[in-house]
Amino acid sequence: MALETVHIQEKLTQQFGENVFRFEMQRDIFSFEANASIIHAVIQFLKEEEELNFHFLTDLAAVHYPDNDADHQFAVVYQLHNWVENTRIRVRAYLNENPVIDTITDLFLSANWMEREAFDFYGVDFKGHPQLKRILNMDEMESFPLRKEFPMEDGGRTDKDDRFFGRTTVNC
Amino acid sequence: MEENKTKMVAPPDGVTGEGFFATKLSDVVGLARANSLWPLPFATSCCGIEFMATMASHYDLARFGSERVSFSPRQADMLLVMGTISKKMAPILRQVYEQMSEPRWVIAVGACATSGGIFDTYSVLQGIDKVIPVDVYVPGCPPRPEQIVQGVMQLQELVKNESVRRRNSPEYKELLASYNL
Amino acid sequence: MSDLLLTPEHRYAKIIESRRNEDGSELSILNLGPTHPATHGIFQNILLMDGERILDAEPTIGYIHRAFEKIAENRAFYQINVLTDRMNYCSSPINNMAWWMTVEKLLNIEVPKRAQYLRVIVMELARIADHIICNSILGVDTGAYTGFLYVFQFREKIYEIYEEICGARLTTNMGRIGGFEREWSEEAFKKLNAFLDEFPAVWKEFENLFERNRIFIDRTVNVGPISAERAMQYGFTGPNLRAAGIDYDVRKAAPYSSYEDFEFDIPVGQSGDTYDRFCVRNAEVWESLSIIRQALAKLPEGPYHADVPDYYLPPKEDVYHNMESLIYHFKIVMGEVPVPVEEIYHSVEAGNGELGFYLIADGSRTPYRLKFRRPCYIYYQAYPEMIKGAMLSDAIVILSSLNVIAGELDA
Repeated sequence: MALETVHIQEKLTQQFGENVFRFEMQRDIFSFEANASIIHAVIQFLKEEEELNFHFLTDLAAVHYPDNDADHQFAVVYQLHNWVENTRIRVRAYLNENPVIDTITDLFLSANWMEREAFDFYGVDFKGHPQLKRILNMDEMESFPLRKEFPMEDGGRTDKDDRFFGRTTVNC
Repeated sequence: MEENKTKMVAPPDGVTGEGFFATKLSDVVGLARANSLWPLPFATSCCGIEFMATMASHYDLARFGSERVSFSPRQADMLLVMGTISKKMAPILRQVYEQMSEPRWVIAVGACATSGGIFDTYSVLQGIDKVIPVDVYVPGCPPRPEQIVQGVMQLQELVKNESVRRRNSPEYKELLASYNL
Repeated sequence: MSDLLLTPEHRYAKIIESRRNEDGSELSILNLGPTHPATHGIFQNILLMDGERILDAEPTIGYIHRAFEKIAENRAFYQINVLTDRMNYCSSPINNMAWWMTVEKLLNIEVPKRAQYLRVIVMELARIADHIICNSILGVDTGAYTGFLYVFQFREKIYEIYEEICGARLTTNMGRIGGFEREWSEEAFKKLNAFLDEFPAVWKEFENLFERNRIFIDRTVNVGPISAERAMQYGFTGPNLRAAGIDYDVRKAAPYSSYEDFEFDIPVGQSGDTYDRFCVRNAEVWESLSIIRQALAKLPEGPYHADVPDYYLPPKEDVYHNMESLIYHFKIVMGEVPVPVEEIYHSVEAGNGELGFYLIADGSRTPYRLKFRRPCYIYYQAYPEMIKGAMLSDAIVILSSLNVIAGELDA
């Protein structure tokens, strides 16, 4: 018996009411939005509810939307997978310009580094994370490099002249 | 009988007589150094895999006198930097170079080590010559094993013709000083 | 660099101090990496050691962080392939094909059967190449250099096949949106068939060298075991997960590129230790060989790329002589082709597990956000736990058996 999307939606709205919304099929993956304040409970419900049983965290990604309104500046996207039914689900929570969200490291051990990566790249603060510090970049770094306002290139480099690469001329 | 295909290295210029051969000391030293370069592979990424292929049976770098891969910088002559060096890695590369004893040579293998390659980003060092002096650059992303071998041969040429006193010369000291070494 | 300097406030320093006061034992700290010769790649671990035994480990990564995701946001879709090459450079064709399939999914492109089968062939070849590296290096780390030299010759043969297909050896940059850039040459098939004839005997010999080898068994059985539950919690996929006994394989769970047409088994292990991981990879090579044979036998005739002139770069000769091709070429390069606004997740079974691309397209020529789900990054988290209580030399063996690729780890 396959896990019907209608069924998932029913269960979620029954449990969380208004806090989960915008259910839609994004191509082959059923996805919805949840309020950031209850994200831990939503993921826990998805994982531990017997029928849903989304027991595997495939991916956790942060996204920056500088052009959105103030409450939708950042998004954290969780992708879960139920191997038994072979169903995937995508949960998305929007955050304001001071991104703070609950950690899910107590639910999935694999979330540990994924959250650290999101912190490193976007500065998303995962409340309750056991060791939230930079993982890929140097500890001394101050910027959050994957935010859209930061350039890809290193501004201080001297050997490449951006005019010859057809790029912006912000750096010298 | 099949003709012997083995090629001998040509001897340096000198005087040959019965039972003796006289030449300059620097030539002999150069010859000896060039044909027993111990590599220190500093492999970080893709080019490292090509270096593995260079060391393995098919291309066999040992033919050029580099049989012993020295993983200790203290006993290595030639530092092969293969792969992207990020800014986080740069101080470690410098430390490895500082630990090597003179005479020491450096080959930058691949586009990343040479110039940062396609990774013109905030986290990547734009060429290792920003932190240590380099003798030979090998282009390619990654270079084929033949190219790496060619790079080693180029370095051998350099080593052969290097003056014994070069490492004491003021120019060399100035070069090191410019890198704060 | 702060991790390199252990201050008195560091928790290891505290543990050492308290243990000395408690029972007088002398614990020590060992810095393994980042350029340790025995670790194949850039991995740093600060180990707390009791003699030869590891009590705790603290990994530091990011030594070749190259900001793939940032570059991807600044590159057109067809240019990102170059980045995927350099992620898991031991099996780049899998990454290439995975990326093209993601873009094709976004653009709703149906790829012809022949191209799909050719993709399967080249992906399985890449899987073999990946497992050759992992298993032979595992052999080197347990002291058997011979096996490495035997099988590495055949890695060269695989490279030669790649060269016939696309001209490159390691970082292949193979394929296009919709298929391949050119038809495979006669020579490619000849070399492929020669490989299929010669390789099995060598691989059998390699297996015989190791699988019942007393030293190898002593070094690997019960070394670094991980239970199925822990592995799942840690996000393991691929051979490392299957060695723990879970038969999750993306090729079966969500078949892509016509994998449903082929018969193959998913080898699984039991205890999830180093020996099981080795054996699972060995068995997978046989399955891959069988898939390649099936694909070659059933290889349909037809075009090698989809007919999508809006996205498939026309051949260069046509660009010079044909008005229409020139226009398409211009449109593709200048980014004037329509791209839907959508979110796509596509995953494939790469050499190390589920490689996923989470792509957010906003209708422009570049992705708005591209997140790589890199299997190595996710399961390397478990490494400190796996080496706790093990000997120092076992830590090296466990690392090789996990097949962590530095480029994929640090992205």
